[in-house]
Order: sequence, then C-alpha cells, then structure tokens
Amino acid sequence: MKHFFTLLSHELRMLLVSPSTYIAATAFLFFMGFIFTGILENYTRTPQDASPANVFFQLFWLPVFFMVPLLTMKCLAEERRLGTIETLLTTPVTTTEVVLGKYTAAYALYLSLWGATGGFFYILKRFSSDPRLLDLGPLVGGYTFIAVSGLLFVAIGVFASSLSRNQAVAGILAFVMLAALIVGGRWLGEAAFLNREILAPAKAAVDYAQIFAHYEDFTRGVIDTRHLLFYASGTAVALILSILSVEAKLIHS
Amino acid sequence: MPDQSPAIEVSHLVKTYAGMTAVADLSFTVARGEIIGLLGPNGAGKSTTMRILTGYLPANSGTVRVCGHSVASEPDAVKRLIGYMPENNPLPEDMRVSEYLYFRGRLKEIPRRKLGPRIDEVLELCDLKRNRHKIIGQLSKGYRQRVGIAEAILAEPPVIIMDEPTIGLDPHQIIIVRDLIAGLRGRMTVIISSHILPEIEMTCDRVLIINRGRVVAQGSPADLRREVLGGSAYTLVVAGDLVALPALLAGVEPTLKITATGAPDAAGFATLSLSADRADELGEPVLLALVAHRYRVRALSRAQPTLEDVFLAATRRTWDAKHNPASVSA
Repeated sequence: MKHFFTLLSHELRMLLVSPSTYIAATAFLFFMGFIFTGILENYTRTPQDASPANVFFQLFWLPVFFMVPLLTMKCLAEERRLGTIETLLTTPVTTTEVVLGKYTAAYALYLSLWGATGGFFYILKRFSSDPRLLDLGPLVGGYTFIAVSGLLFVAIGVFASSLSRNQAVAGILAFVMLAALIVGGRWLGEAAFLNREILAPAKAAVDYAQIFAHYEDFTRGVIDTRHLLFYASGTAVALILSILSVEAKLIHS
Repeated sequence: MPDQSPAIEVSHLVKTYAGMTAVADLSFTVARGEIIGLLGPNGAGKSTTMRILTGYLPANSGTVRVCGHSVASEPDAVKRLIGYMPENNPLPEDMRVSEYLYFRGRLKEIPRRKLGPRIDEVLELCDLKRNRHKIIGQLSKGYRQRVGIAEAILAEPPVIIMDEPTIGLDPHQIIIVRDLIAGLRGRMTVIISSHILPEIEMTCDRVLIINRGRVVAQGSPADLRREVLGGSAYTLVVAGDLVALPALLAGVEPTLKITATGAPDAAGFATLSLSADRADELGEPVLLALVAHRYRVRALSRAQPTLEDVFLAATRRTWDAKHNPASVSA
C-alpha cells in the first residue's frame, strides 16, 4: 500500500486542476438546487408531513444515476485507451493500489459534491423563520445514507469502467448496473411471483437488498449493521471484481 | 553475487495470443552495459517480448531473468530494475512535464529529497528544460518522445527498455535521441526495438533479428553481414564483349557470377552487379583479368551490404525455412 497515497494524491490533484470537475460540480449543484427549490415551493402551497430534508434525500437516485457513471467512467477506461496503464503497471505498483487509488478519489469527489448541497440547508436555516423546516434527524440520517451507499455506487461505477476501454460504454454499463440495483431491486420486491413459498429464500435476499428501505431506516435514525454490512461487502465485491477485470484483460490481451 | 549475472536472460520464451503464436521459443542473453537492438518486421514479436521482459504480460512458458531476478516469480524486484517506454509512448495529456516526472518518480520510489535534483538532471539530459512547465498534450511529437525517455531513465534503472523510441521523429530529432541513447552506454543496459535499420546500426553494440517470434540472426552489424550474406558483391562498370565476360570471371574465381546487367550507355559502358561466395577481396585479380582481355573498365567497387540487406536476407531465410523445413535440417 506504499503507493496508494501517491496515486490518490495524483488523482485528486488531477481532479482539482481539471475544469471539467468544476463544470460538473456547478451543473450538479444547479440541478440539485432546482429540485430543492421545487420541494420548498411545495411546502409554501400545502403543509407536508415529511421534512424537506426527507423529501430531498428521497430523490437520491436521480443524481446517482447520472453523476456516478459520469464520475467513474473515465477512471480505468481512459488509462487503457491511452495505454498509460502499461507505464503505470510497469512501475512497482500493484493493480490493487491503482484501483483503490482511483476508487477513493472518485468517492471523495462524490462525497464533496453531495457535501456542497449542505449549503442549501444552511440557506434554508438562515432565511426561514420556521425551525420545523429543518429537522436535524433526517438531515444527518440522509447524509449518512449518502456516504454509506456511495461506497457501493462508486465501486460499481469503477467496476463498469474496468470492463471497457470505451468511456461511453463504461458509463452506460454503470448506469444499467445502478438502475438494476436500485430500481430493479424495488421492482423485484413488489413482484408477485416471488411470493411463492419455494422462492422464499430469493424473496428474503431481494428484501435485504432494498436500497429504498435502507434509506428509510437511515433517515429514521436506524443505523443497522446489516445495512452497513450490505454496502461494505458489496463494495468489496465490486472492487475485487474490478481488480480481477484489469488483470484478466492483461492476461488475455 | 547476483550482480554478476547477465542483465537479461531469456530462455525458451513462448507467448500465444488466442491461438496465434507471437513469440515462439525465443532465447537470448544481454550482457550488462550493452546496447542491443531488436529488429524485425511488423508482428515479429518485438513488442510482445519487451512487454514480457517488463512483467506487464505473462508468458506461456519459458523463463526471463532480469539481473538474476525471475520476472514471473519476483515481478516487484524486476519492476524496480527496469525503465520502460512502451510503443507509441503513452503519456497523460493533461499534466505538466515536471509534474508528470515528479509523479512517476514517486511511483518508482525515488526519495522526495533526491527527486527534485534528479528531475532537473534528466530534463537537462533530454533537453527539456525550457518545456518543463508545458502541458504534455500540447508538446510536439519529438518532445513527447523525450519526455518518455526522460521518464524511462528517471530512476536510473540498470535496464532500459524502449519500444521504437525514434518512431515518427524527424531526422534531427532522431540524432538527438540517438545521442541520448549512446550517452547511456556502459552505465545502463539498453534494449531498443526498431525497424529503422540505420538507427539500430549506429547505436547498438549488438543486433537481434527476430522474425515470427524466433531469433533468426544475432551479432554485431559487421558480424551479421558476414554471417547472413556470406560472400561479397561488386559493382563493375565495363565496356567490351559482355557475352564472353562470365567465362572470364569464372576463370578468376569459380563462384563469381553476374547477378544483374544494365543496358550499355552511349559510350558502350554497362553497369554489372557481381557476386561471389568468397568474402575476401577479389578486386585486383578481376581488374587484371579484365585489362588483360582488353576490356575497358570505368569502375570496380565492392558493394557494402547494408543492414537492410542483412535484414531482408535473414527474414527471407526464416520464410524459406518455414516453407521447406527439410532444407534447414540438412
């Protein structure tokens, strides 16, 4: 792990000096601000049960679908397309260090983009007279959920990027995998055919992997170790698969 | 002491891609401090061999040792001994030259304290000082190539492997790169591949000609000429009875033959190419015989075979061997 920090600081530095990072961040904040304004406008018309934070984080999947593929599609696909992976792997660096370095940098960017949306709540607190609008519980729970689930989402994006040397293909793959996990899981959870007795174990597994259910637990302040384990193990699997994928491409190239 | 082992030892190396054999039973050794050129037509297995040497690609069978360390079982040790510049010299587009070298130096485990002075040194060596703050994506091909070479020699590894370092450069830049490589002579073992033959001839102590994954000839450029082409060739510009000439030449040396005859010019002089199986000088007896038989001679010169002829002859030999294997075993 000697080179991990060299690689990570290199990746972060490249993100910080790249104009595309700032453009993406601005677009992301613009989009999220638009959603946030929409939620607040709803509150001015009719009183709502849930706090604005609750509604805001419920829409987490929307930016995840677009931002995660965009953030991660470049990381391994670009190295392979340019051939710089060859110079990288002929230094005393292991594939694990390369994948982990790229993953951590992408995750850090993901977190900081979400972190920037904290500004919305600050503005709300500053200018709204009603303290009930700012419920601390769902806010902390929401950000915790974003941080924990982001581990898995970004890892899936990195895995998709390790599969193809074409960035567009990697991005679409990441989008499909995330959609399958988030929306597909929900659809399977509601599907009637899984209710048969013989499929009970499958049903249990699908129920365990309900991202929306996890989200609700987090915002209610329930931090279940089973959920943490789900994301931690999922992340580990996705990263191990990425490392294997990079190495397999070398062996079979 | 492992330091006495040759810089590179390759024995019975085999690499196949999806059923296609890229390297077939390749064996060679490179002594320390030697500059060696890998020569071969496209698809001969040069790049594959280099990638296996660096530990980037695994081989199917055979062993590769770099300074006594096996590439397969000690890849980490080997990667610390090698500076590698891949084919087409891939570089990140959006970094500055000095930044890139700093990053690579850290990956190659050069201590932070030594890295700054060392970067200055390689920038000076590769004549990149004025471009150190330029973004790599905006550099011209020649400068990019120099960045690649600077990166390869950055950690002062005992072995440098460069895949086609002069490809796409103009003649002036080729000379710079050639001098740069020649400057490493004695200090580092250098392996370069190319199909630009004068390149290899000028820089390399020894040449390995590879075709279809096999070494078809090796030695210094002079040795190769002798070994592969065997005899000698002459160019003769002569006027007189060309019909009687073959018999006359056979009288001087039985294997001396006319290989090509040009059309006579206005003054009746024709340019002939001669070849003989003997390597020693035949000029004087030929001249004497021609003058004695009243031929008018304008010029007689011994043709210096270029490495190009050697290369063509050596690669042709493997194709012949492929088509009628009986003649090889004989």
